[in-house]
Amino acid sequence: MTPDLKIKIGRTHFKNPVMVASGTFGYAEEFADLLDLKKLGAIVSKTITVKPRQGNIPPRTCETPAGLINSIGLENPGIDGFIENKLPVLKKFGPPIIVSIASEGDPGEFVILAKRLDKLSAVTALEINISCPNVKDAGKNLKTKLISQDPKATYAVVKAVRRVTGKTLITKLSPNVTDIVEIAQAAQDAGSDALALINTVQGMAIDIKTRQPKIAMVVGGLSGPAIRPIALRMVWEVYRKVGIPIIGMGGIADTESALEFFIAGASAISVGTQNFIDPGVSVKIVSGISKYLQKNKINSLKKLVGTLECKI
Amino acid sequence: MRIRQNRAEILTNAKICGKYHKLIIKDAKISRNSRPGQFLMLKVGDSQGPLLRRPLSIHRVDKEKIEMLYERIGPGTEILAQRKAGEFLDVIGPLGNGFTLPPESRESEAVLLAGGMGVAPLVFWAQRLVAGKRKSAGDRIQVFIGARTKEQILCEKEFKKLGCDVKIATDDGSAGFFGRVTGLLEAALQTMDCQRIIVYACGPQPMLRELVRICRKKLISSQVSLEEHMACGIGACLGCVVNTIDGYKRVCKEGPVFEAKKLIY
Ligand SMILES: Cc1cc2nc3c(=O)[nH]c(=O)nc-3n(C[C@H](O)[C@H](O)[C@H](O)COP(=O)(O)OP(=O)(O)OC[C@H]3O[C@@H](n4cnc5c(N)ncnc54)[C@H](O)[C@@H]3O)c2cc1C
Ligand SMILES: Cc1cc2nc3c(=O)[nH]c(=O)nc-3n(C[C@H](O)[C@H](O)[C@H](O)COP(=O)(O)O)c2cc1C
Ligand code: FES
Repeated sequence: MTPDLKIKIGRTHFKNPVMVASGTFGYAEEFADLLDLKKLGAIVSKTITVKPRQGNIPPRTCETPAGLINSIGLENPGIDGFIENKLPVLKKFGPPIIVSIASEGDPGEFVILAKRLDKLSAVTALEINISCPNVKDAGKNLKTKLISQDPKATYAVVKAVRRVTGKTLITKLSPNVTDIVEIAQAAQDAGSDALALINTVQGMAIDIKTRQPKIAMVVGGLSGPAIRPIALRMVWEVYRKVGIPIIGMGGIADTESALEFFIAGASAISVGTQNFIDPGVSVKIVSGISKYLQKNKINSLKKLVGTLECKI
Repeated sequence: MRIRQNRAEILTNAKICGKYHKLIIKDAKISRNSRPGQFLMLKVGDSQGPLLRRPLSIHRVDKEKIEMLYERIGPGTEILAQRKAGEFLDVIGPLGNGFTLPPESRESEAVLLAGGMGVAPLVFWAQRLVAGKRKSAGDRIQVFIGARTKEQILCEKEFKKLGCDVKIATDDGSAGFFGRVTGLLEAALQTMDCQRIIVYACGPQPMLRELVRICRKKLISSQVSLEEHMACGIGACLGCVVNTIDGYKRVCKEGPVFEAKKLIY
């Protein structure tokens, strides 16, 4: 018997719970030669803004122990360029398309983006990215750099997007906060269908020979196995207090690390940085999960979610 | 051209001299589709790290064999140097655009400028240029090699075997011209018809910057192969960009070879 891997988030059915994380999979065409894209649970696009963005000055990436710091700065062709050139290719690959969207300082841009995308049948769901550490997305009157660092601002943005679209809504949160549960709660209260946890952790690295930062913008976002324990902890904390499904991510590199996230409470997972090292890893994780469930005589993935056995 | 990921057998992985090594792997499909100037992304370690793949240029191909030259400069290349013949190496490639023959190349002469490890892709390119010789008017390919010391001059023999005219510059004067290879090139340009040459270059950033400056001044057409830190190597992460007159371009996808006149460098 093959275990049931299907999940439902908002109004969307996914044939399996393994997705690829925004910004780490380009627009999927870059990977077309290297894996069977049809087998992915969903494809999440690079984050799109209203206007095209050229992104931050290079160097933009550097390797750290078990991690990668990036400061891409949301380089993207803007919503028009995306709809015209990227979406027609993306939709041919098969899996549901989740479009990640962000603002560049005016939260009203989320509404503009959501309205545009709401009309398109090729778009399955929207991911509200209010957590990119490489841009200041919050409006001028907000004290925090990111919308997702303030529960009220998070609530306002999600609510505004919810009003203009019936599509499944995922809110992507930043780990660079004191209390992730409070923010997650705000997104749920505003009508988000799910949460994506986590975006990158702010970090930096220095070249001691030149005394220069290893990335030009000094501070960037850390990803990869180095952040896995942080991500897992946040998924678990949110799972205990918040009802909507969680898409867990942060350092997932193989089946074992993916399973940790389901046990902690994630209903689905996303693979990010590991796509660069092992482009086929997501497809391997899909079959790895199946094998694990079979071996443990669990007939549906849903029964694994949040089954952490702990003494507290 | 299709990109492939494969576990390729290591045929040779040996020190040539000092910190320089030669790696030969077997992969018929990647080999057959490779062009000069393209590169591979190699998974050098296991789960213990390093995390990211390492980019290396294709130095030469021979049937199913792919040769690479590399310098041990950090943890990734140190680990690579420990890999043994008979083991398998996970590679992705061929990647990037490679050198191209511009339409005007029929009437022009090729000048190759290599700094240090930069010889690696240029040997492959010289082979192609020589093989296509009858089509182009250039008589002898001129090659300028720069190295820190005499011991670190690479591939002089290979270029000579191909019939190239080789000139050497060393930083310490232990062989050839005493000084930068760009200085040697600039001196040689005095007697060349700058409108009739195309410079193809690969090497460290200061050398390429100097070349770009020279080419701009003398209106010489030039293709330079750049290096940038790469997370994916396949155009997905947008991490490896370089600034050009047409905006940021990915070194791994639109490059690594760029026309010098397009670079804001
Ligand atoms: C297209 C391309 C072709 C290359 N071809 C060759 C070649 O044929 N022979 C050769 O010896 N080297 C080549 N390099 C450089 C080579 O990739 C680096 O020397 C190597 O990645 C260093 O890894 P490390 O762990 O030993 O050093 P570290 O300095 O510890 O590496 C740390 C990080 O920085 C990156 N990095 C360091 N130096 C460079 C560099 N110069 N370019 C890009 N990334 C770098 C590494 O990939 C790694 O992610 C090429 C680079 C590029 C981009
Ligand atoms: C190069 C790079 C670019 C990224 N770009 C985006 C982006 O555009 N939007 C977004 O929401 N997250 C972006 N991320 C964050 C990832 O989607 C993911 O949340 C994070 O990397 C943690 O997962 P990982 O450790 O598996 O990579 C990016 C990450 C990397 C490494
Ligand atoms: S290395 Fe990722 S886009 Fe070039």
